[in-house]
Amino acid sequence: MLNYAWLILVFPVLGLLLNLAFGRRLSDRTIGWIASSAVFLSFLVAVGLFFTLLGMPVEGRQHELMLWQWIHVDLFRADVKILVDPLSVTMGLIVTGVGFLIHVYSIGYMEGDKRVQRFFVFMNFFIFMMLTLVFANNFVLLYVGWEGVGLSSYLLIGFWFEKPIAAEAGKKAFLVNRVGDFGMALAIMWIFKLSGRLSFLDIAANTQAIAPAATGIALLLLLAVTGKSAQIPLYIWLPDAMEGPTPVSALIHAATMVTAGVYLVARTFAIFLLSPVAMTWVATIGVVTAFFAATMALAQVDLKRILAYSTISQIGYMVLGVGVGAFSAGIFHLMTHAFFKALLFLAAGSVMHALHGELDIRKMGGLREKMPQTFWTFLIGAAALAGFPLFSGFFSKDEILWHAWQHAHWMWALGLLTAFMTAYYSFRAVIVPFLGKPRDKYLFSHAHEAPPVMTIPLWLLAMGALLGGFLGLPHASLFGKWLEPVFASAHVGEGAASGNLELIFMGISSLVVLAGIGLAYYAYMVDTEFPNRFRKSLGFIDGLVQHKWYVDELYMAVIVHPLWELAGWFAKFFDPKVIDGTVNGLAWVTDEVGGGVRKLQTGLVGWYVFSLFVGAVLLLGYFMLVW
Amino acid sequence: MTITMPSVSLMPYLPEIILLVTALLVLLVDTVWGDKRWLVWLAFLGTLVSGVAVWWLAQGPTLQLQDMLTADAYALFIDMVVLIVAAISLLLAYDWLIEHNEQQGEYVALLLFATVGMMTMGAAINVVTIFVALEILSLSLYILTGFARERLTSGEAALKYFLLGAFASAFFLYGAALLYGSSGHLDLIGIGQNLGTGGLMAGAGVALLLVGFSFKVALAPFHMWTPDVYQGAPTSVSAFMSVGAKAAGFAAFLRFFQVALAGSYAQWGPALAALAVLTMTWGNLAALRQESLKRLLAYSSIAHAGYALVGLAAGNSLGSSGLLFYLLAYAFMNLGAFGVAIMLEKPGSGDVMMSSLRGTSRQHPLLAATMAVFMFSLAGVPPLAGFFGKLYVFGAAVEANMAWLAIVGVINSALSAYYYLRVTVLMYMRDEEAGEEEVAVSKPPVLVFALVVALFFVVIVGLWPSVWMQMAQQAALIFG
Repeated sequence: MLNYAWLILVFPVLGLLLNLAFGRRLSDRTIGWIASSAVFLSFLVAVGLFFTLLGMPVEGRQHELMLWQWIHVDLFRADVKILVDPLSVTMGLIVTGVGFLIHVYSIGYMEGDKRVQRFFVFMNFFIFMMLTLVFANNFVLLYVGWEGVGLSSYLLIGFWFEKPIAAEAGKKAFLVNRVGDFGMALAIMWIFKLSGRLSFLDIAANTQAIAPAATGIALLLLLAVTGKSAQIPLYIWLPDAMEGPTPVSALIHAATMVTAGVYLVARTFAIFLLSPVAMTWVATIGVVTAFFAATMALAQVDLKRILAYSTISQIGYMVLGVGVGAFSAGIFHLMTHAFFKALLFLAAGSVMHALHGELDIRKMGGLREKMPQTFWTFLIGAAALAGFPLFSGFFSKDEILWHAWQHAHWMWALGLLTAFMTAYYSFRAVIVPFLGKPRDKYLFSHAHEAPPVMTIPLWLLAMGALLGGFLGLPHASLFGKWLEPVFASAHVGEGAASGNLELIFMGISSLVVLAGIGLAYYAYMVDTEFPNRFRKSLGFIDGLVQHKWYVDELYMAVIVHPLWELAGWFAKFFDPKVIDGTVNGLAWVTDEVGGGVRKLQTGLVGWYVFSLFVGAVLLLGYFMLVW
Repeated sequence: MTITMPSVSLMPYLPEIILLVTALLVLLVDTVWGDKRWLVWLAFLGTLVSGVAVWWLAQGPTLQLQDMLTADAYALFIDMVVLIVAAISLLLAYDWLIEHNEQQGEYVALLLFATVGMMTMGAAINVVTIFVALEILSLSLYILTGFARERLTSGEAALKYFLLGAFASAFFLYGAALLYGSSGHLDLIGIGQNLGTGGLMAGAGVALLLVGFSFKVALAPFHMWTPDVYQGAPTSVSAFMSVGAKAAGFAAFLRFFQVALAGSYAQWGPALAALAVLTMTWGNLAALRQESLKRLLAYSSIAHAGYALVGLAAGNSLGSSGLLFYLLAYAFMNLGAFGVAIMLEKPGSGDVMMSSLRGTSRQHPLLAATMAVFMFSLAGVPPLAGFFGKLYVFGAAVEANMAWLAIVGVINSALSAYYYLRVTVLMYMRDEEAGEEEVAVSKPPVLVFALVVALFFVVIVGLWPSVWMQMAQQAALIFG
């Protein structure tokens, strides 16, 4: 089985090529099913790989498969080689499993769109690139996937490019990601320069070569993480990315691509472990992002944007997890998050579908009656997100908080505060649209439940959101055991668990979550004036939160505007005068030279012979002198 | 009187012999058979069988025909490149031959004869055999160039090519004579052991030989014939000679300098570097404003000769294998580019004007996309074949402490991007002039197939360069 692991990459490409070549002749539905089946076949391969690895001895669960030699120049050896181990297979299962459900959902969601073929081709391309990223055994191939998912993200955010705002959002995502990718490229070069190695296993086995520069390399990688995974300071693209079709938000901007950063840290943990400074930075960025993004989610009124900020916040948790050395806890939260966040987005998409694209929760209300299935699945997703006891998010978030406590108490405290806010805003997102009285009669009267092709994926994801957490019960974590061989050499923060204390912490966070949910209920069902009063009492902080801490504006003023000015100077002075002057000057010189050449190129044989003769004389002279 | 035949095994020459026999068969069949299409397929089959012979020779020990010819890994690599070129060229010419020509048999046979000459160039280890091969190759090409008899330009090109080629051959022969005079040997190893440095005669011999090679591979300032000939010749012939003759010329060129002159790199290295700079710069500058696609490709092929020469001028093993890789990569992309030109040219005109490329992407999206890939590869955009060709030869220059040469090469590549991208821009971003009639492009299946093959390899060689590079390294190993 392991030797057929490459099949997982082949199926999405096949689906993509089929749809590309014959898509015009097929119905939209067929296109959708072809794309979905391709992902499903990949999922089957992933399942096969999973069971093959389970059947192997624990130490042996690691297999490298050479597909072909790619670039060999001297010592630089980048191959197309894939690495099958518990970590990559876990990611593969998430990407293909959740990806498959989202593909199926999209068949219903995209019905009637005029570019269904293009949509599914991009989606399959994304799956292919994401799997390349996940299964790459070396930095260069991973970089291919890293850029590839960035490209598909750009293409899909701007999928409805007639809307200027969508096109803008696509550009913003791409440009902000470039900053992070730059860090990645530098890190790769640095690693190669110091160690001459590129494959993860080689690097992990020979860390002494890069030890002197570990902090620098790790921080550059962290920059890449903040770009792709939307962490401070590069998170600003993700909320805007919601302009893409909702299945895209679910697949790329919630479940899979944005978690690539967490995967990167886990995959290269050997480098991060060399530098405690860098690890602290990772954890700090994670927890601070989790906190700030949660505050921003509190004030949003657009359903998808609430979810977007919540995604940033949840990835913050994951980054916190890997930052404190709890790698398998971070990946565990990645998995549960993939389920419940994909679910929430798809359910939000179902609402949007029913309300003709309306996303402002202040215009909704009472939708439970009209779309019960969407309501119940959304509720399950929100409970998991909030960390309601026994839902999947509860276990995974708690494990991270527990490790954070062992690392630094303030991180735990901030994480707990974030958990409170998370519970509050996630139930706000349930209560305001689904319960209470309809606020907009017209919208309400036209609302309808989504077709089965959309609701069935919702229920399947809801199952995952409900039950996924039991894979990682404290002390009996199947998930942790499964990933253990990958992180065997990293014994930071793991272990040393005193059972009772951990249970007490669980109790505390359960209470905090329940308090958050209770407050949301009070504020939006019982005393609906409470939110406004509370805001007034906050004074200027409210303004800050309302305006998302003015970060976009700050970036505008500090980075974009100076660049703009600089660009203006380039455009008005430097480019026309200096560059164009040089170019035109060169062109003029070229023209002159060309004129000279043309005079020689008369078509007259005599001239040609003359040229040959001159050349021969010069060569003769040279060789007779030097020989 | 008894004549004793020397006991000579012709086995190392087997691939060439197979092609020779095929060519004779083609001429024979031509006189008795009515349906001329089979001639091309017969010749195609011949290249395949010859290819099998090459493969078979590669399995066994290295065979050699006295000190004249060899079938070492190097020769076999060149055989492979040349056979691929010949096979694709036959397919490229197929429809033109059937539609517009009456002497299909002669064309096909001449093309095979030229191929034999090219393969012999790669196999020759003696100045005499190099010269004979050069003449077999050149004479066939002179005639092929004039094959579009309905066009005056074709005849003019043939005559020019012949006159200048004869001139260059004389230089080559004179150089060979001087080398013999100063070393007492004609085989490359013998020359290498006895030539030494010092002595005007040896230096003059090397210089004159260099003139001969430079003419054949079109290095500036010995390239003047190229644009006229490529433009005048039937496009399928231009395609064939732009890659085949270049590969063969470089094959003998590289072997001569690496074997016979290995000890005097210090003397010839700088001269070749200077030639490389002059050639690529001249080729690229002249290509910038061409209005004929075939002429543009002609200047582009001059520039590429310059890039390839960088590998030779570097004088190290990466340079040699890089040059071989370059020849292979260049073969696919240039055949492809000329193939598209064949498809686009108006019947009877024998050329494609740049202005007529406008709007191609709308009328023939796949054709435009194919051409774009060839242009990107020629410009050296990763991950296509052309990129790795440049990467290897420029890398060799850096390794040989000639970073400046690599820099000049890269600057030249940037310059060349202008005219390659201009083709793409015209196809994709300019609409055809109002009132201009739609270009009627026939897409005969054989031609389409040839293009698909070329496209496939441009992509595959780019995605999977190390396989081909290993073959090239294996071939370059003979230089020790």
